[in-house]
Amino acid sequence: MAKKPHDTPMLDQLESGPWPSFVTGLKRLADKSDYMVDLMGQLEHSYKTRKGYWKGGTVGVFGYGGGVIPRFSEVASMFPDSSEFHTLRIQPAPGMHYDTNILRKLCDAWEEHGSGLIAFHGQSGDIMFQGVSSAKVQDAFDAINELGFDLGGAGPAVRTSMSCVGAARCEQSCYDEAKAHRDVLNTFTDDIHRPALPYKFKFKFSGCANDCMNSIQRADMAVIGTWRDNMRTDEGLARKWFAKHGMNELVNDVIARCPTKAIMLKETKDVSKDGKISSVAINDTQSLEIDNPNCVRCMHCINVMTGALAHGKDTGATILMGGKRTLKIGDLMGTVVVPFMPLKSDEDYEALVELGRKVIDFFAENALEHERTGEMIERIGLVNFLEGIGQEIDANMVSAPRTNPYVRTDGWDDEVARINAKKAAD
Amino acid sequence: MAMRQPIESGVPDNKQWLHPVMLKNYGNWKYHDRPRPGVLHHVAHSGDQIWTVRAGTQRQMDLFTIRKLCDIADQFADGYVRFTIRSNIEFMVKDETRVAALITALTAAGFPVGGTGNSVSSIAHTQGWLHCDIPGTDASGAVKALMDDLYEEFIKEDMPNRVHLSTSCCEINCGGQADIAVIVQHTKPPKINHDLVANACERPTVVARCPVAAIRPALVNGKPSLEIDEKKCMCCGACYPPCPPMQINDPEHTKLAIWVGGKNSNARGKPTFMKMVASGLPNNAPRWPEVSALVKKILYTYKADARPWERMSDWIERIGWPRFFEKCELPFTKYLIDDWRGSRANLNASTHIRF
Repeated sequence: MAKKPHDTPMLDQLESGPWPSFVTGLKRLADKSDYMVDLMGQLEHSYKTRKGYWKGGTVGVFGYGGGVIPRFSEVASMFPDSSEFHTLRIQPAPGMHYDTNILRKLCDAWEEHGSGLIAFHGQSGDIMFQGVSSAKVQDAFDAINELGFDLGGAGPAVRTSMSCVGAARCEQSCYDEAKAHRDVLNTFTDDIHRPALPYKFKFKFSGCANDCMNSIQRADMAVIGTWRDNMRTDEGLARKWFAKHGMNELVNDVIARCPTKAIMLKETKDVSKDGKISSVAINDTQSLEIDNPNCVRCMHCINVMTGALAHGKDTGATILMGGKRTLKIGDLMGTVVVPFMPLKSDEDYEALVELGRKVIDFFAENALEHERTGEMIERIGLVNFLEGIGQEIDANMVSAPRTNPYVRTDGWDDEVARINAKKAAD
Repeated sequence: MAMRQPIESGVPDNKQWLHPVMLKNYGNWKYHDRPRPGVLHHVAHSGDQIWTVRAGTQRQMDLFTIRKLCDIADQFADGYVRFTIRSNIEFMVKDETRVAALITALTAAGFPVGGTGNSVSSIAHTQGWLHCDIPGTDASGAVKALMDDLYEEFIKEDMPNRVHLSTSCCEINCGGQADIAVIVQHTKPPKINHDLVANACERPTVVARCPVAAIRPALVNGKPSLEIDEKKCMCCGACYPPCPPMQINDPEHTKLAIWVGGKNSNARGKPTFMKMVASGLPNNAPRWPEVSALVKKILYTYKADARPWERMSDWIERIGWPRFFEKCELPFTKYLIDDWRGSRANLNASTHIRF
């Protein structure tokens, strides 16, 4: 039994209603723990005064420079038992898969050393073991580390990564996300555990352009699955879909929503025999005809007619760089740096790791303090960045060519000659 | 005593925790359908099938909750689970007959089954007052309050397309881009405790953090400190994390703003950033009713007016922003006209106007 709980009239109001209540969970922990009694007291105090009362500091584990988020209470005199409430960031497996055996072991470790509160997962993907005193941080980490888990990133480091469910259970997966995730991240464990970069660097891995990991808006290097060849089709599933959904939905939800108008409804006898065309019959007389060279791989029709339409076999990823949220210059989307990188063989995955290494080296060397990759690209220009990482330019990197004449073009002829020579050599 | 050296194992291998059917058909799935909200059914090229039951969680979970989920997984599923990016938990079974009992067990234990397809999924959120060092509001509480209100939309698939929500307790926006996002918006410059700045802050760093160059080193009361040009300051709070004596949070003047139309998927249109459409909502703990009311107003306007497969951003692109404000009964104020770098791209350089 723990000490007497604080009155928490405001938090109590978050116990009613149908959605699972974190307050009820906190109370269950506080039944047995003075630590959590005071934690709830401080949280209620925040609700009452509408202010936060945690401050950072320096807490770590032996051998690492980051991965623990220290929190010291500014109102420790009122809530002494929870004056230290640090978080361990722990890297999850790709796709956030667990079995109950490992989850129970993680719970046991946290029951012994920490508060008993765990978040699955933080916004960077970490399992967040929330609430441990300075004295117990090392023991808690040791126990979790022995179970095969490692600390994640914090501060100006390579950060914990995320990948979608992908190949494990999704037909839209265009590469082995888990392999890419582990190959890349485990190359940079040193940069994860010992923050020494200008600022944070995030990788995220999505198996297709639906980008379930939101890599384009949140990752310095986003790896998004795509394909180069023709879309695959399945007549049985296409007919089944059409029988269930009908012509109105086919026209309004599939054909009309193609962003590049690459899909047409045709009489089956009139479907083009061109090798770049995919087609599938939806009934006895009509077919969908897909103009693959004009398909931008957006995933919409595949989302609607799952299995009837599918991505091609020549798969890999588009790599975009520089995504981030506001600070300091405003939101930035990742921009295309590699339009297509095949991801099939071990060598392909090594090339992906190598690209990551080049970018991080260039970033470490050239970014200003507290500047993200996207901000650096904005400051020095995409062309300089590409030269820095040894990447050839490509028209797929822009929405449109420049709209102003403010550029010196005295090297134009040489550049044309260089491009032509390269074309001839390929 | 020698300290224990860490095992730098990095990212663990997920193969050890994959359901056997998923391991066997890894990279070889053919299609999926959704037999009912909250349930996915995947079919592999081999003919193997797997059913997934998805349920909402409170994200910040106590041991009892996690062990309860494990008990359910062991008793009613095959002992394998995974989490989604929005903190939903998924249970995989290879036998369709186990689905119903699993749903019953989850529902009885208070975990709503849903969050699939065209539903409102659980809210991606931040740490808030529970653990963050710079929060303007709480996250878990605002999310609990809002999901109580949107419970039916989670367990049903009644929306035009999927709806992602997020909340963020400062303008750094860890919650992320979403169809509808709730984000703290400070309205007054920081209050500086000049006695503490010299000891607590690396002043050049703080000066460099300011997006509008409004911060200067200054001597105040004979001590090295910082001062803010309050005419330039737009109250973003960027100076507060590296310099806690520059307190940006205020019980009264820290407000909440609503943003809409963020989409990270490339489906149909290109990915979009969300846009601010309302601000000045009070930081009204513990249930933030004004925020919930406005989110619901926007959500149900979208639900009534959007066509199948239109995400929030697709819908707004079709009807136009003026009509969005009209339909949602929101005032279009001067604060919503972008004046940051690159903002001309957001101005209407055409005569395309709907009357």
